[in-house]
Amino acid sequence: MMRCPSFRYHAAKSVKEAASVLADEGPKAMLLAGGTDLVPNMKRRQHMPAVLVSLRKVKGLRGVKIAKDGSATIGACSTLADLALHPRLAKGWPGLSRAVSSIASPLIRAAATLGGNLCVDTRCNYYNQNHEWRESISFCMKAPGPHGTAIQEKTHGTCWVAPSSPRCWAVSSTDSGPMLMALGATVTLESKARGVREIPVSALYGDDGMAFLKKMPDELLTQVRVPAHAGAKSAYWKLRRRGSFDFPVMSVAAWVKLAPGGEVEDARVVLGAVTSRPLDCPEAAILLGRKLTDESIAEFAEKASAHARPLDNTDFQAAWRKKTARAFLAGALKEIRGDDKATLGVLAQRVMQGASCLG
Amino acid sequence: MSNPHGTGADVTGRARVKMTVNGDPTDVTFGGHKTLLEVLREDLNLTGTKHGCELGECGACAVLVDGKPVLSCLMLAVEADGAKVTTVEGLADEARLHPLQEAFADCGAAQCGYCTPGFLVTAKALLDAKPKATRKEICEGLAGNLCRCTGYIQIFEAVETAAAKMAADGVKK
Repeated sequence: MMRCPSFRYHAAKSVKEAASVLADEGPKAMLLAGGTDLVPNMKRRQHMPAVLVSLRKVKGLRGVKIAKDGSATIGACSTLADLALHPRLAKGWPGLSRAVSSIASPLIRAAATLGGNLCVDTRCNYYNQNHEWRESISFCMKAPGPHGTAIQEKTHGTCWVAPSSPRCWAVSSTDSGPMLMALGATVTLESKARGVREIPVSALYGDDGMAFLKKMPDELLTQVRVPAHAGAKSAYWKLRRRGSFDFPVMSVAAWVKLAPGGEVEDARVVLGAVTSRPLDCPEAAILLGRKLTDESIAEFAEKASAHARPLDNTDFQAAWRKKTARAFLAGALKEIRGDDKATLGVLAQRVMQGASCLG
Repeated sequence: MSNPHGTGADVTGRARVKMTVNGDPTDVTFGGHKTLLEVLREDLNLTGTKHGCELGECGACAVLVDGKPVLSCLMLAVEADGAKVTTVEGLADEARLHPLQEAFADCGAAQCGYCTPGFLVTAKALLDAKPKATRKEICEGLAGNLCRCTGYIQIFEAVETAAAKMAADGVKK
């Protein structure tokens, strides 16, 4: 039986108070929201925070507000269940709705938060193991040893996936991250030292399995702002072992604005879970001014899938995940084009299964 | 020894919370690192809630917290301060089983029974929110609860049977 290591607990009542505790305690303190990612990691000793700053009693961090200009502001502590069931999100940003309803299981979505999923720890077959397992092959660079601290320092260990690599290749496993990036969303970060700053979701991430967040340890992610959809369409395709559960092992988040004539006015496509951060596909530019034809979609999918260079550190064979990336890139765009899902193949049925999911 | 910040572990590593468990006001002191599951089983002797994978993958430890089904193995007990917690022990009304419990027995929806408490409370939350849940909604709503021996069909049938009975009883009232 695995138990959590001991910690001091601080139930903050406001964002300011939480920021102040983080500032005072330094990087050995960690934020606790839904706890569904952090608690298992504490049990396996990947994280051993000295202090937990709970956000449960902080008011004003939950809920969705749709402004007059059509943009949505989502509190970071809104549960994924609340968001998956939110009718206006489902209508305006169906890709986001599907992305959040595809995260984990209903029991986890009832507790897990949007901020938590944006900041969810990167994953790797060599990392998501218990302490004894990791110790037996000697700790990797991401997983701290017995004296591990909340902030993981590159003090020892190798990368078991790519032993000659100086960096960690643990995989970005957020579903909301790629979708919010594709939607052009921003996050608000708040700290005692720097006050409030708003950055694009794309700037929240760094391509390193350990330093995967650009958020500073003393910063709280308080809200997410999604620009008005203004008629643009979105879709999220997620590859996972079980259709009802599981982290992504490859995903495609697509956002496309079509002109009345059907030409692409603007498009953003982001690959999830192929490296340590959600990866923007600049090849979306080749779709501009063109209609979403089989040819333009195939050309885009071929070129954009070159970005997907998954390593052998998650579920499924890496080579197959790469091959599937091309199919998913095309599939997501065909869904946006309005294709009948029956024509999109077996995987599409599973991808869309979660669309009507209960929170 | 109180913590200046309210609830939570103090310097001795002990924590104290006040919560309502199955309708009873409960004041409990425990090792501050414990999960809600550990406190329910070890400090409150409510062993109906089961300890399964301990990492949030199986649903055996599901309980209702303020009416929502959550995994008690992933919720730190200090976080339950002020919460209303319902475990499988709280489903029956005195000696009368909850319709879901009756239906699980009648439909053969429990073989070894280890996953049953988690299924029961999750199904209760589902039917409270959607009394006329369809098979697809039941299937999706129970997607976080794993059963390794009974099989899911009897479980889905039991939830449907209970839903029908609860609807009929509701009409009588």
